[in-house]
Amino acid sequence: MSVVETNVATTGAMATGANSPAAAESWQPSILAFACHWCTYSGADLAGLNRMEYPANVRLLRVPCSGRVNPQYVLSALGKGADGVLVCGCHPGDCHYVSGNYYAKRRLMAFKRLLEFTGLEPGRFQVRWISGSEAGKFRDTVTRVCEEVRALGPLTTDQRQALADPVLAGAAATTQAGEAQ
Amino acid sequence: MSRIGVIVCHCGSNIAATVDVEQVVQVAKTLPHVAYAADNKYTCSDQGQQAIKEAIVEHRLDRIVIGSCSPRMHELTFRKMLSQTDINPYMLEIANLREQCSWVHKNKAEGTAKAIDLIKMAVAKCDRDQPLFTMSIPVNKRALVIGGGIAGMQAALDIADAGYPVTLVEKEPSLGGKMVMLDKTFPTMDCSACICTPKMADVGSHPNITVKSLAEVEQISGYVGNFEVTIRERAKYIDYSLCTGCGLCETKCPTKTPSSFEQGLGLRKAIYKPFAQAVPGKPTIDAEHCRKLTTGKCGVCEKVCPLGAIRYDDTDKVTAETYGAIVVAIGYQLIDWGSIYGEYGGGRYADVISGLQFERLVNASGPTEGHVVRPSDGQEPKSVVIVKCVGSRDPEHGRSYCSRACCMYGAKHAHQYLDKVPDGRCYVFYMDVRTPGKGYDEFYMNTQHDGALYLRGRVSKIYQQNGKLICQGEDTLSGQQVTVEADMVVLETAMVPANDADRLGSMLGITRDKDLWLSEAHPKLRPVETNSAGIYLAGTCQGPKDIPDSVAQASAAAMKVAVLFAHDELESNAMIASSDVALCNGCGACVSICPYSAITLEEITLRENSKKVTRRISKVNPGLCQGCGACTVACRPGAMDLRGFSDEQIMREVDALCQW
Ligand SMILES: Cc1cc2nc3c(=O)[nH]c(=O)nc-3n(C[C@H](O)[C@H](O)[C@H](O)COP(=O)(O)OP(=O)(O)OC[C@H]3O[C@@H](n4cnc5c(N)ncnc54)[C@H](O)[C@@H]3O)c2cc1C
Repeated sequence: MSVVETNVATTGAMATGANSPAAAESWQPSILAFACHWCTYSGADLAGLNRMEYPANVRLLRVPCSGRVNPQYVLSALGKGADGVLVCGCHPGDCHYVSGNYYAKRRLMAFKRLLEFTGLEPGRFQVRWISGSEAGKFRDTVTRVCEEVRALGPLTTDQRQALADPVLAGAAATTQAGEAQ
Repeated sequence: MSRIGVIVCHCGSNIAATVDVEQVVQVAKTLPHVAYAADNKYTCSDQGQQAIKEAIVEHRLDRIVIGSCSPRMHELTFRKMLSQTDINPYMLEIANLREQCSWVHKNKAEGTAKAIDLIKMAVAKCDRDQPLFTMSIPVNKRALVIGGGIAGMQAALDIADAGYPVTLVEKEPSLGGKMVMLDKTFPTMDCSACICTPKMADVGSHPNITVKSLAEVEQISGYVGNFEVTIRERAKYIDYSLCTGCGLCETKCPTKTPSSFEQGLGLRKAIYKPFAQAVPGKPTIDAEHCRKLTTGKCGVCEKVCPLGAIRYDDTDKVTAETYGAIVVAIGYQLIDWGSIYGEYGGGRYADVISGLQFERLVNASGPTEGHVVRPSDGQEPKSVVIVKCVGSRDPEHGRSYCSRACCMYGAKHAHQYLDKVPDGRCYVFYMDVRTPGKGYDEFYMNTQHDGALYLRGRVSKIYQQNGKLICQGEDTLSGQQVTVEADMVVLETAMVPANDADRLGSMLGITRDKDLWLSEAHPKLRPVETNSAGIYLAGTCQGPKDIPDSVAQASAAAMKVAVLFAHDELESNAMIASSDVALCNGCGACVSICPYSAITLEEITLRENSKKVTRRISKVNPGLCQGCGACTVACRPGAMDLRGFSDEQIMREVDALCQW
């Protein structure tokens, strides 16, 4: 996300490409992290309170629960400009809503396989459990994910197009229920 | 078209130091539907809030984005502020520019770029904010307490004393639970009956408490403030409005059967009160053993009853009532050691007894009038072995957890035995001695001074030889095998959840932990609440405890009920799921995924193409929905959405971030 101060006004941050060789050197991936309000989002707040530094190319999107994250959001993000997506929630057993993270785990793991089947590298879509007290774990996790995705390089146009395939969207929908049927 | 106002906060220098606030404001001005953008030094201050209120009027704003600290900090503050304006308090989004931006990035260019993205996301989401409203839920100020052990009784008394009517449902014929079976209670050694039976009498006579004995909760529906509960009171075969509890019937009844109150060590009649001070203080007929009810011949009790209170044709009574809150206090039971400890004889030796049986043996009102004698031959045991952790801390045979009260009542039993049989020898096999609590460790030390010999190790085998019970074990401190000849062995067995815990838990929407104990909402901060609003836990149903802890938790649960009942109405959560009738296909995926049982399927009749059609659709109960959104993802037709975090809003945030 090599955003320079002059073009931020006109260009969505993640849409800026890394086409020139010079840009490739300093290329930073765009990472979207879905964070549940009760655990990971407050863990990230705590990281702030403790002034823990981590890469600036991660943006958090607050959801009430990791169980709220629809695989379609992930498809859309990767299809439209993110180079990596992270979904974070409470630890198993700690969900504020009893079982939301179990549903998230089930459906997102099925979905992850589907993504990998389409040729997406496993490192680009990750699911992690980070509690409200684990500021350090939050920092370490986002730092590591950034590094991993950076090493993978930008998503190619072909990959993004593959993700936009309606057949894939349909298949993603079947992972939604998150329950063994 | 919406008119969005964006306010970017400096937070003194907290944000402004690493985010170019002015630049963020300039970018915000260019975003779609933004009618106004400005910065502010301290947005949360009175002046800051006043400035927003003025901007709302001046620029005819209909929604607000604030770039400031975390929404976890000030979302409520700003919602409150909006409630003083013409804008609905939910027409608000907060971009977290402090905790998740300025405080964690040192490079100003990077920080500013990120802040701009976060503002873009918030603006995109805010553009689709809808006014949301809470609902008022009426509170029925009547409480239901399930279980009449010490915890249930304490909770019922506290709620009743606060002035609210309580129904106490107890599945046994009398209140009292385990406590009333005990002889004395550690660490003070006051007689259990002396402190428990007055409580039972208080409950029985309290004008605000209705006791339903021999009763169980059959069905529960509804939600906080409005639980519809069906209670079944089993037939007692006696008209309690006539019976005075004189007890004549009991003395004349010809049938005897083992008494469960006496833990099988004594007998009772077929028409019986489980013990003298039972509450209600009136007998019931045990239909399984009564001659009249099983064979039709007898009828002695009917003949002797001076008041004509016997009713052989009595039937169960089922009532349905509404309660505002429920306290679950169904207690514990002891692990069925016989079925898992074959090496201890598996229950074949009469003189290997459980701790609760020992309580009855030493109890002055027990089957032996308090004489410690062997069940097999009535002789006084001269040597007793006490084995702790039978089923506790033993993941292979029993449970992995510690049952918490056994170290103390094990010491109590040793003390009681040595008190009654001064020339006896008492050996206690233990793994660790855990005695945290006021006066607890002193109590244990005194038991050692009494002469109890503590041996650190598990007993691996108990067998009978020449009329003695041979206990083999290891003394792990000396590293030697030890063999003790005992006349009687007392097993301090693990507490396990009550029989009904699983059924009741699933009916009430209370999660069970891996051992089936009912789970509190938060182990530290919400120890008596459950995940179902309006349902609270008291006593050992939540996990092993002694009496002081059970009572403390019961009073805490009662307080929660009183706080709830201090309101005439509750405000429901505004950010809840709702289903679009036009899209819902009635598949029910949302119903099974909802952790709160908040969604039901309903039949509706619609006009479609001028024809009447009946369809099944899902319906969200606003009193139960907590707004997690799990159902929205499960919904394939896309009918279910979450207010405040709608699919469209989240997708717009994703889009704003990825391409504008
Ligand atoms: C041998 C022994 C000695 C002990 N000695 C001591 C001691 O000296 N000091 C001390 O502090 N603690 C002692 N304890 C622990 C003590 O027994 C418990 O802490 C206490 O009894 C817990 O009370 P409770 O109300 O939670 O549960 P319980 O006493 O188990 O009461 C639960 C009640 O709920 C009823 N119930 C169950 N299911 C249902 C249902 N579905 N519907 C309606 N009603 C239902 C039961 O019939 C029972 O009346 C001892 C325990 C044992 C085993």
